[in-house]
Amino acid sequence: MKLFFHIGLYFLMISNTFIRFTKWNVLKKLIFKEIDDLIIRSFGIVAFISFFVGGVVAIQTALNIENPLLPGNLVGFATRQSVILEFAPTFISIIMAGKVGSFITSSIGTMRVTEQIDALEVMGINAHNYLIFPKIVALLLYPFLITFAMFLGIIGGYIVSIYGGFSTSYDFIQGIQLDFRVYHLFYAYVKTTLFAFILATVPSYHGYYMKGGALDVGKASTLSFVWTSVVIIIVNYIVTQLLLA
Amino acid sequence: MIKIENISKSFDQIKVVDNISTEFEKGKTNLIIGQSGSGKTVLMKCLVGLLNSDQGKIFFDDKRFDELSFSNLSDLRKEIGMVFQGTALFDSMSVLENIIFPLRMFTNKSNDEMIYRGNEVIKRVDLKDANNKLPSEISGGMKKRVAIARAIVLNPKYLFCDEPNSGLDPKTAIIIDNLIKEITEEYNITTVINTHDMNSVMEIGEKIIFLVNGRKIWEGSKQEIFDTDNESVNNFVYSSELFKKVRDIQIKGK
Repeated sequence: MKLFFHIGLYFLMISNTFIRFTKWNVLKKLIFKEIDDLIIRSFGIVAFISFFVGGVVAIQTALNIENPLLPGNLVGFATRQSVILEFAPTFISIIMAGKVGSFITSSIGTMRVTEQIDALEVMGINAHNYLIFPKIVALLLYPFLITFAMFLGIIGGYIVSIYGGFSTSYDFIQGIQLDFRVYHLFYAYVKTTLFAFILATVPSYHGYYMKGGALDVGKASTLSFVWTSVVIIIVNYIVTQLLLA
Repeated sequence: MIKIENISKSFDQIKVVDNISTEFEKGKTNLIIGQSGSGKTVLMKCLVGLLNSDQGKIFFDDKRFDELSFSNLSDLRKEIGMVFQGTALFDSMSVLENIIFPLRMFTNKSNDEMIYRGNEVIKRVDLKDANNKLPSEISGGMKKRVAIARAIVLNPKYLFCDEPNSGLDPKTAIIIDNLIKEITEEYNITTVINTHDMNSVMEIGEKIIFLVNGRKIWEGSKQEIFDTDNESVNNFVYSSELFKKVRDIQIKGK
């Protein structure tokens, strides 16, 4: 029953986020700040993880296809498919649930603990719109981050394959061009957009409705990471079933 | 003037505010006093709309707070200033940004006009050399001044202060108390203050209501609180050695 209470409260929060808008002059600044905090400051970690995981995918694929009858371009093909379909959108989103999600929960949670949200409400400001809407707008740029992750993941696979002797440059490039379906990109971006919304709203919910003191902010951040990951995994399954199966 | 009638609020079947009725007068510092856990903060949160009371009516002058339409409630909220116990300053904004925040949200003033008004209230609360500092870089007393400045920047008609001198040394606490009293008289606003500090009662209490376990036990003026024979009030007022000695000296004097 408590789960349904939280789900209901979450959707009420979402509906409140899109009413009684804050003045555009104020909102504009908040959106740019969130783009900096949530997107631009994530490029480093996303680049690092994408590059190396792309490399690992390439090595593991190469080591598992020792049969000489299999074509040499399979390493490039498998790396591209893994990175575009699953690794970049889903794996990076789970990482971002930890990085961005806990940042959102702790920043809103701290505002709750220190009565800053109460101060907004007493002034008559729609705190949901003021705090959550800019995060949702900023995370509309999340697909660009995932595109960057896709690109670097494939580059990582390419470099590791060539310098590790697992594939040739010709084979790898042929592999990443083989049977390319634009629909797979569409699928990847549909789920990326949904994950972006989840990344903005689930951690915000945990921060906004947290109770207690400073210690509870930490607990809320952990809980937020767990639930954001769970929701991403479930939505990933549903979208895959709907769009690919 | 703020009038409340039969306000009650419960959490999990426990009555935290129990059927309280009173009036807070305009141009006066109205104090809600009582021990920690007596329901002062919950009552204040009901008054400013942070909590919905289970029953009762709240009137801000002639407007019934809990029955206002959304747009009228928004207008009324612009007439309410609040100083929170922990100051509730926005820690990502400078002192000046915090103070002009309500102007930025609710007026169409230019940036220069907002800064001018901000500096006016900064001068009024006697804040020096703090405009560009972050809240984390200033003292507790200065934070209270910033919170008061933010609360009065829109010229409110009603000012609520939740434990405005908590965490301050006795001298700074008296300065903050007197600042609130001066502002109340100067702007002719209705000020409601939550406190458990008897020094505040002595300094600025004009109308006082005393709560025990969510119930209003006593109501009166600063003069009356020291002469009452209400046992609960006396236990609270004379809980400190200092006040006991003052009472003993007074009795000996008589």
